[in-house]
Amino acid sequence: MAERNTAPDGARIPTVIADDVHIVYRVYGGNSGRGSATAALNRIVKRAPSAGVREVHAVKGVSFTAYRGQAIGLIGSNGSGKSTLLKAIAGLLPTERGKVYTDGQPSLLGVNAAMMNDLTGERNVILGGLAMGMTREEIRERYQHIVDFSGINEKGDFITLPMRTYSSGMAARLRFSIAAAKKHDVLMIDEALATGDRSFQKRSEARVRELRQEAGTVFLVSHNNRSIRDTCDRVLWLEHGQLLMDGPTDEVVRAYEKETAR
Amino acid sequence: MSTVSETTHGSAVAMSAAPSPDDGLSAAELARKYGLSVSGARPSLPEYARQLWDRRHFILAFSRAKMTAQYSKAKLGQLWHVATPLLNAMVYLLIFGVLMQQSKGMGMGTYIPFLVTGVFVFTFTQSSALSGVRAIAGNLGLVRALHFPRAALPISFALQQLQQLLFSMCVVFVFLVGFGHMPALSWLMILPVLVLQFVFNTGLSLVLARLGSKTPDLAQLLPFILRTWMYASGVMYNMVEALKKTHAPGWVIDVLGANPAAVYIDLMRYALIDGYGSSHLPPHVWLLAVGWAVLVGLGGFVYFWKAEEQYGRG
Repeated sequence: MAERNTAPDGARIPTVIADDVHIVYRVYGGNSGRGSATAALNRIVKRAPSAGVREVHAVKGVSFTAYRGQAIGLIGSNGSGKSTLLKAIAGLLPTERGKVYTDGQPSLLGVNAAMMNDLTGERNVILGGLAMGMTREEIRERYQHIVDFSGINEKGDFITLPMRTYSSGMAARLRFSIAAAKKHDVLMIDEALATGDRSFQKRSEARVRELRQEAGTVFLVSHNNRSIRDTCDRVLWLEHGQLLMDGPTDEVVRAYEKETAR
Repeated sequence: MSTVSETTHGSAVAMSAAPSPDDGLSAAELARKYGLSVSGARPSLPEYARQLWDRRHFILAFSRAKMTAQYSKAKLGQLWHVATPLLNAMVYLLIFGVLMQQSKGMGMGTYIPFLVTGVFVFTFTQSSALSGVRAIAGNLGLVRALHFPRAALPISFALQQLQQLLFSMCVVFVFLVGFGHMPALSWLMILPVLVLQFVFNTGLSLVLARLGSKTPDLAQLLPFILRTWMYASGVMYNMVEALKKTHAPGWVIDVLGANPAAVYIDLMRYALIDGYGSSHLPPHVWLLAVGWAVLVGLGGFVYFWKAEEQYGRG
């Protein structure tokens, strides 16, 4: 495994390079607290150019390099910019300044967005797989594996029922199973491992380790420090959109726990 | 141990502190050395078209899934795809055929199929436009979670409307036969017309998707524009005759008759209805039909592609 993760000259192979990344959200209509029609009319009448737009500077100058075979945890309090950073790495949110360079197409474990609650689990597996860019043959090949991994059918034939009948845990398990069925160069997981029961968590952590061994890079956002410790070997600590700390898991998580315990 | 590290690319993390030949390379140089590309950059137009072609199964599956999900909670389920246009047509039959007895000088047997064809064919363009304007703005969750050429969404919605039209056409056929217009070879002409109208609708949907992603307010305005367009396309009456009666200037008749909705509706009527001869068609009708499809279809695709990297911006 070590050989596959290094170039011939002995250097580690980078998969994601973030170079001074800034991300700014523009929120329309966030200025006035009043939501009434007259207030809206007032805003339109008095509108100065580009008024009524609020800017939220969510990520402020983050730089790091991720290498092949690494599992990187992102920690930080709510609203610190973790998910936003992942979206920028995936190329789903444009950066305001700075650049993100990636090897291949990083994918966010966000297959749920393509799934429809009114359709059966079965059709959602196909739809989700297609949305991730798998071919029909690939999906047919892995269909049984996806269903078995999710454990949806352990308590009866649930896969042929509409997704709206699933419990939140079941739905989350199916989502993870679909997303994890594809081989990703760079996979990003946002709070996904926290859902599901303990046995499913164990299985998904094992799958994350497997994905790493397939020479990919895995990013994991979680508020569960144990799940970070179990799966990641490197951790980035974000606070207020800035990179506070970047280092081996033990070191960073210990510092983070010390900070949050106060 | 320095807790607060001003991390830069080079000093990333001392996992295995072996000196690397890459130390001292800037981010851009490092990216170039290992062939990394800028994330979220817009591909070239041919590359974009190729990516879109690779996603054709997704586009089709997404449109069919939307179609199925539409009536999945109703007891009659998928039957509503036919029942809704059928009820619609029945309402027109009741109002214009039975109550008002208004055949606008065509004879009832021609007028009702004339009306039903016009309404359904216009609805095809109308709903493609309405779903197009919300294609990006209404699916931000999808756009921000998964990577695919964004044009897949408006195209998928236009395809969904095409499927709905195919159901509606079944109702049209029932009405045609019911009013004594027997199936003829000329009915085959609806196939090229459908293809051309679909291409036009897709282009329109792409244009509106880009506009709607920047200005969501357009979704509120569009129904009024579409209603004006409907009356200017002769959906419910023979527009050319009506305009001639009011002594409208010739260029107005020509311009309104050449508008894409009127062109596709007239061609469809010409193909299906016996009593609707070629005298009702504007001059150069096929040229117009192809021209509108190519112009709006291709133009819309390029226009949409130009903003590809901006969709989903917060």
